[in-house]
Amino acid sequence: MMPDRPLFLERASFHRRRLGDAARVLPIVAMLLVLVPVWWVPSQVSYAGGAVWIFGLWAVLILAVRLLHRALLRAEAATTRASDAPEERQDAL
Amino acid sequence: MQLDILMIEDEPNIAEAVRFILSREGWQVGLHDDGAGGIEAIREARPRLVILDLMLPNRSGAEILADLRAADDAALASTPVLMLTARGQVREAASAADAMLTKPFDNADLRAQVRRMLA
Amino acid sequence: MPFEALLATCLGYVALMFTVAYAADRAAARGHVRWLDHPLVYTLSLSVYCSAWTFYGAVGYASRSGLEFLTIYLGPTLVFTGAWWGLRRLVRVARMHHVTSVADLVSARFGKSNKLAAIVTLIAVIASTPYIALQLQSVRLSFEVFALNAPNGAVPDGLGGTGLWVAAGLAVFTILFGTRNLAADERHHGVVTAIALEAVVKLLAFVALGVFVIWGLAEGPLDMLDRISRASTDPRVGEGWLLKSDRWTALILVSAAAILTLPRMFQVLVVEAADEERLHVAGWAFPAYLFAMSFFVLPIAVMGRELLPDDANPDLYVLTLPAAQGQDVLALLVFLGGFSAATSMVVVCAIAVATMVSNHWLVPVWLALRRIPAGDDADDLRGFVLNARRVAILAVMAAGWVYHEASGGTAALASMGLVAFTGMAQVLPAMVGGLMWRGANRKGAYCGIGTGLVLWMALIFLPSVGIGGDLPVPRGMDPWTAAVMLSLVLNTLAFIGMSIFGFPDPVERLQGLSFVSAVEPIRHSRMMRGDDRAEPLLAMARRVWGADPALRYFQAEARAQGKSGYLPDLTPSFLTRLERRLAGSIGSATAHAMIDRVAGGVALTVADLLQVADEAQRAKEETQRLEAARAELTRTARQLREANDKLTALSVQKDAFLGQISHELRTPMTSVRAFSEILKNPTLTEEERGRFAGIIHAEAARLTRLLDDLLDLSVLESGRAQLSIGVANLHDLITRALSAASATRPERGFLIDRDLPTEHLGVITDADRLLQVLINVITNARKYCDAEHPVLTIRVRPRDGGGAIIDVIDNGSGIDSGRQALIFQKFARLNDPARAGGAGLGLAICREIMVTLGGEISYLPGQGGAAFRIILPARPPGRAPTGIAVAD
Repeated sequence: MMPDRPLFLERASFHRRRLGDAARVLPIVAMLLVLVPVWWVPSQVSYAGGAVWIFGLWAVLILAVRLLHRALLRAEAATTRASDAPEERQDAL
Repeated sequence: MQLDILMIEDEPNIAEAVRFILSREGWQVGLHDDGAGGIEAIREARPRLVILDLMLPNRSGAEILADLRAADDAALASTPVLMLTARGQVREAASAADAMLTKPFDNADLRAQVRRMLA
Repeated sequence: MPFEALLATCLGYVALMFTVAYAADRAAARGHVRWLDHPLVYTLSLSVYCSAWTFYGAVGYASRSGLEFLTIYLGPTLVFTGAWWGLRRLVRVARMHHVTSVADLVSARFGKSNKLAAIVTLIAVIASTPYIALQLQSVRLSFEVFALNAPNGAVPDGLGGTGLWVAAGLAVFTILFGTRNLAADERHHGVVTAIALEAVVKLLAFVALGVFVIWGLAEGPLDMLDRISRASTDPRVGEGWLLKSDRWTALILVSAAAILTLPRMFQVLVVEAADEERLHVAGWAFPAYLFAMSFFVLPIAVMGRELLPDDANPDLYVLTLPAAQGQDVLALLVFLGGFSAATSMVVVCAIAVATMVSNHWLVPVWLALRRIPAGDDADDLRGFVLNARRVAILAVMAAGWVYHEASGGTAALASMGLVAFTGMAQVLPAMVGGLMWRGANRKGAYCGIGTGLVLWMALIFLPSVGIGGDLPVPRGMDPWTAAVMLSLVLNTLAFIGMSIFGFPDPVERLQGLSFVSAVEPIRHSRMMRGDDRAEPLLAMARRVWGADPALRYFQAEARAQGKSGYLPDLTPSFLTRLERRLAGSIGSATAHAMIDRVAGGVALTVADLLQVADEAQRAKEETQRLEAARAELTRTARQLREANDKLTALSVQKDAFLGQISHELRTPMTSVRAFSEILKNPTLTEEERGRFAGIIHAEAARLTRLLDDLLDLSVLESGRAQLSIGVANLHDLITRALSAASATRPERGFLIDRDLPTEHLGVITDADRLLQVLINVITNARKYCDAEHPVLTIRVRPRDGGGAIIDVIDNGSGIDSGRQALIFQKFARLNDPARAGGAGLGLAICREIMVTLGGEISYLPGQGGAAFRIILPARPPGRAPTGIAVAD
């Protein structure tokens, strides 16, 4: 039992940190995807094509934020469980 | 006119009883009904005897007695004091008083004590 | 559609809003906040971002400039994609400091400086006034659309007064539901719920119109895309629709800033948020709301161009399009949607700006003018703050209406949305910098916000109202963009530059640490005088929150410290919490100043600060655990100390008890014995004989009373008291008690202050026992109240969960805090026993009776006189309410 737990703990917190990184990167990526096309090829994104691009991107962002928050909450719960577990065991002993 | 006895007692009925008993013996009895101002009342009246209740509001009989004994005026400081107490408090006040009477008392005892102390 | 029908619908809708807000406030007051606190309600309330400017104006904007209108929605969306590490931090820190507005946030971060808050308030007021005017105008215009379409074509009389009526109605709504109380957390459930409902109406209306346009007028989405492409080939359109990268960037930046800094957005996003958890839902749901609101904008704009005459106002396409197609119901729904957008924006904006104006302008000025000495009970701060808010709401509304009337035309107002955005964006550098950079300081914030304010006024606000011209810029560059960028860049540079060269004072550094690291702020322990300040602090809290909330809070804090009663120890953490809760009502700067004045304090030094900062930084898990253990130990120690003190006092009292009994019994006996002996004397006159017999009788009665009391007490204490439980009306009991007690010191003319209607409260209890307690407490007041014009106040109210609370308060000098704990002990008379005429068992018996009845009686400190609170449970414990006495 003993060697298993630290491995699990590390994995959970590792996972959570990477998700945290993703949460930081997401708004920057989103910003670039919104701004750069207009800087680069304004005439291509000013009309119907632009509407499709932006609304498509928007829908993806909404979904991404939702999934990310869900995953982060789950990862947080997992790490708290993992770090709580040793204490519970000691109490039981 | 000089008082024979100054009584410091806050219970009006007891004060009346004591005053009645002692007046009938021919003594002049004055009354002060509060612990506060007790020592000033004694200083002003300069009685030959002080009857002091132990349980007084604001300033206890024992404190007034201590004030009296500590007075600069030697004649005043040596005024005889008869302490009235309820039982259970005798020890703490016994030291400085000249005599002690426990409530409730026999009227004859009171007369005898006062007569002895004024003699 | 007849204009009267429109008006009736409109009034019905307004009535619905009042009802919803009222019901939500009622539910919140009863503690039913589960559904009110739902993250979805929170998300919907954020939609106050979509004001009438976006509801009507977005289509006009799209019709003129194509996709550029999307920037207004994309900015907030980008901010919300960073909800996890950005907004959550903001909300957590703001909740931690009980921040009441964006001005308060900046002020709290930069050393609780009220001047800074006052400047931010100034920007908010300048920016909001035209913005509110814009909303009033949109309502008026939408009314006009219907009036012009009316069959008789006549404009009904009084339409010009629409703006005034709307402003007045909204002022009433805002004052009713926005200033009901001065809660420490500044939340308005009624307003938020009504706005959430309006958000649904807005969305439904817009989506319904969009669906009608795409599937009713066009032939589905593909046809729609086709029409958009066709429209863009129109030379009148093509040039205007071409996106300009500089404007695109600046607009996204400004609207991203707006979602954080606009007073109304800060109000719903931060102040009304119970915690940061709701952002997990709002993080995706609010962008989805914006998505839905903007999805149909371009189709409506294109279709409006195709179907409506060239001179039709694009800003009103949303209304005129369905009206022209004969879709009356749809037009009405859209009208209600626009009405919702305008009203919700005005209400929240008015609450937010009024809070700032009252907290940062009116209250500090009033406090400075009054110079009230600490702990003075006479001034009612709570009433003043609430009235200041009401006046501020009226002033904000009135200013909006006056501006609307004065400006008149559409053109002058249409740009006001963006002007307000750019104005409040000037707060952004100080706000974000303050949250992320510990080096940011007050001087920097002053310079940054000041620079921004001046440049915004000169380059954006004044030109927008026709004073001064556009900025001279190189060809090909947009003057508006240049002005925005210039003001924001110089603002940021000034902020950073002055922060680098300035040195913050200790309070500011402490706040900086707390904001940037999101750790609880600590008030240093040297900053207080002594425990005797607890009661003045309670009195102060009472002035701000009202009597009951203040008492509840102090009692809870005292209990957390393991103390009984209402006065907690003045530990640093208690003072910190108290200050932050007060800040939630009156702003951090004022709260800080008031606590300092009452609790007193030594100015914080840099050495103290370093110590505190060190401690705070090391406050990781281990220290926290130690802290918890220590807190537990301290609590136990305090409980032990209190128990020990009580035991010592009790044993002294037990000794004294026998002596007291002896004294109390012997005193009447002395008179009885002396006089009965005197009576034996045959020489007494008849008169003397009668008098002495009377004394003997009275003293014998006194002995009996004393013995009764002692017996009563011993029965109550042993728990063998027999109760006869029944239903009683408190009003009757109090009346009986007052008349029974009036025999005590009848020469004292007491003014009795009762609130008769509230007293009619049925209780299940032993009426005789309760009456005994009431008589005793009232008699005490009659005996001991030393006021020249004695007043006895009696207040009754139902207790949560059944039962009643009875407060009996006189206006005498009260009881010293040191002796308050003793008065319920046996023989604990505080004053002259001759005057009292009793044995000092009264309150002890009262306490035992109340314990037996399952309630309690306690002394209420800080009421401006002696005050007793009698708490009665729904029914006595463990006994059937049938009236059968239980004996063992």
